[in-house]
Amino acid sequence: MGRKLLTEHVNVEGIETFAVYRKHGGYRAVEKALKMTPEEVVEEVKKSGLRGRGGAGFPTGMKWSFLAKPEGVPRYLVCNADESEPGTFKDRYLMSKLPHLLIEGMIAGSYALGARTSYIYIRGELLYVLRILEKAIAEAYAAGFLGENILGSGYSLDLHVHPGGGAYICGEETALLESLEGKRGNPRNKPPFPAVQGLYARPTVVNNVESIATVVPILNMGGDEYAKIGVGRSTGTKLFSACGHLNKPGIYELELGVPVEEFIYSDEYCGGIWKGRELKAVVAGGSSVPILPKELILKTAAGEPRLMTYESLSDGGFVTGTMLGSGGFIAMDETTCIVKNTWNFSRFYHHESCGQCSPCREGTGWLEKVLHRLEHGHGSMHDIDLIVSVAKQIEGNTICPLGEAAAWPVAAAVRHFRDEFEWHVTHPKEATQPGAVYRGNLVMA
Amino acid sequence: MAKITFDGIEVEVPDGTTILNAARKIGGGVVPPAMCYYTPLKGSGGKCRACLVRVAAGSTKDPRPMPKLVASCITPVQDGMVVENTTSQQVLDVRKGIVEMLLINHPLDCPVCDQAGECDLQNFAYEHGVSTTRYEEERRTFEKIDIGPYVQLHMTRCILCYRCVYTADQLTEGRVHGVLGRGDAAEIGTYIENSIDKDFSGNVIDVCPVGALTDKTFRFKQRVWFTKPVNAHRDCGHEKCAGRVTLWYKGKDVLRVTARKDEYGEVKEWICNECRFEKKETSDWVIEGPAHIDRSSVISANHYELPVINPQVIADLPESTVRELEKNPPLKLGGPNGTSF
Repeated sequence: MGRKLLTEHVNVEGIETFAVYRKHGGYRAVEKALKMTPEEVVEEVKKSGLRGRGGAGFPTGMKWSFLAKPEGVPRYLVCNADESEPGTFKDRYLMSKLPHLLIEGMIAGSYALGARTSYIYIRGELLYVLRILEKAIAEAYAAGFLGENILGSGYSLDLHVHPGGGAYICGEETALLESLEGKRGNPRNKPPFPAVQGLYARPTVVNNVESIATVVPILNMGGDEYAKIGVGRSTGTKLFSACGHLNKPGIYELELGVPVEEFIYSDEYCGGIWKGRELKAVVAGGSSVPILPKELILKTAAGEPRLMTYESLSDGGFVTGTMLGSGGFIAMDETTCIVKNTWNFSRFYHHESCGQCSPCREGTGWLEKVLHRLEHGHGSMHDIDLIVSVAKQIEGNTICPLGEAAAWPVAAAVRHFRDEFEWHVTHPKEATQPGAVYRGNLVMA
Repeated sequence: MAKITFDGIEVEVPDGTTILNAARKIGGGVVPPAMCYYTPLKGSGGKCRACLVRVAAGSTKDPRPMPKLVASCITPVQDGMVVENTTSQQVLDVRKGIVEMLLINHPLDCPVCDQAGECDLQNFAYEHGVSTTRYEEERRTFEKIDIGPYVQLHMTRCILCYRCVYTADQLTEGRVHGVLGRGDAAEIGTYIENSIDKDFSGNVIDVCPVGALTDKTFRFKQRVWFTKPVNAHRDCGHEKCAGRVTLWYKGKDVLRVTARKDEYGEVKEWICNECRFEKKETSDWVIEGPAHIDRSSVISANHYELPVINPQVIADLPESTVRELEKNPPLKLGGPNGTSF
């Protein structure tokens, strides 16, 4: 098992309290950061090569250095804790077990960016986590790590937790900002980007929970040291939330670069597929990323073993690859019906589309209806081409990435499992039997 | 000032101008369609995606193409930008897709819709769409809602352009009108049947690109292309009302009053509800003369203005038509503005 930087002390009794967290080396990163200049903190994060853990994988240090810094204008750091992607549940775990880790990261990050007020925007359903965070924030205030003149450094910070209403779209950074401002959670048109005009039209950085928490070990060990972990441009450790038909589903902190095969089958990690069944397909980074059949998730098209890194998972583009995304690793065994699964994902995106721009508003509903028809044995062969075509019409033409998130899983499912879709058309009676699954050969791209 | 190349035509516009407005400066067939953008309304645009264009070169400084198509109505120009609209097959294909998306849940009840003939969606679909549909599912429907004494909301026809929301927000005092629900269940709502009866609420009818918001004093009275637009004005007491309108005549009767629209269907001067709904006698108005309709609409193609057909502008005219036009060039009647009854 590799090193654990975030979840090292997760099983310590009472780690959610300030005293225990502090005893285990907590808030050292804040003490260290406050002795550095903000620019030096940003530089450390840049050196670490940390890439955004929310899904897009954009380098966090670079994002921080893009922040506009006009004089006399407030800036904000906003933590995106609106984790609602099906298959992803790492942030919830991190926040409920180690609330002070996130708060510590928020203090260090806010200091680096010069923010005097910062927000944690948390998904509305996670009310119990909100209470944990509020309690931890109160403790941090009492200990002098938040509020006026932190540790006598002259730097002051107020931290607020704000619950959302439970909309997936509010995980999109500009929709999140709209919602935080008290408006309807519709994504904004870009440009202007949040780094220039974000919250209350002020320069704002929006980061994922895990990205902010990772700032703590980066400052503790130094950016250069952190960058040594991992493979190539995928540095450090990352939380993966493994779910689906696995023997040991759960949250795993991996040093990036572990082979996918090892992650699924090794007893150290997921311990193989449950009930001794065969692996059929994997959605590697939360429901939005393209699904891959067993052959392509274990090995790339070139025959190289696939690793749990940003680069290796996206090797081969979308033809034979996928994305690391937010780390929601969903494994499906041989009894999974891909058509039903795709319909289920589609139903989610249909339900969560904000309805602002036309391709996504109309297209997600259309995809869901056609997939429903296919799954229930009423489809025709041209419906299969239809969903690919509709997915293509949505992709890239929407205001925010929800359109792509809805289109990619559908396009990938047809790309890799077309015969299964065709079987639903040619054998409607068999396909609609409860638990019926196509067991022909998987089609390779 | 920024110089951009739009479909091979160079145009110079002030910095900060959007690509769409730069294209409108060129005018004619190169202008991308816009279903949700409305110049006088702050914050409008970017939603319908009808105006997507390809930026082949970002600027002189950074000549890389933009990775995705951009909404021309909200993207500001950069010096040296090269934009492709009708010259890009990708743009035309995407636009075809957008028409399809806008139409799958549209009732296509043009034969009974008051907006037919001056409907942006109709024009857009006619220019860029296909005549068949691939959509076999049930279409979304809503009950009709009366919002106030003058306006009816037929949500089934709505394309959620948000124009009326911005109008209600920016023009009338006390907003009682917004969007409820999300995704394809989103609807324009008036909060708990709170009716719009503010002084300028009638303008939501003019900004609506489709027949979702209609004038209850005009509903089902006449097809718009059988009515004759005449510009008129009156001395309206309201400080914010310009009092300059278009009257739509059938015979001697004023069937409806609207604000004056430009060639892109945009109202530059808002009018108050009194002018719009209550002054329907010729004696209420000072008549200026027939209104010139620039828009490509059946209204202009009808009676008193003869269509000016330019074979160079309209692609793919049948050769016989081109020959016919060359032999008998279309008439252009005299009159002060090239118009005549």
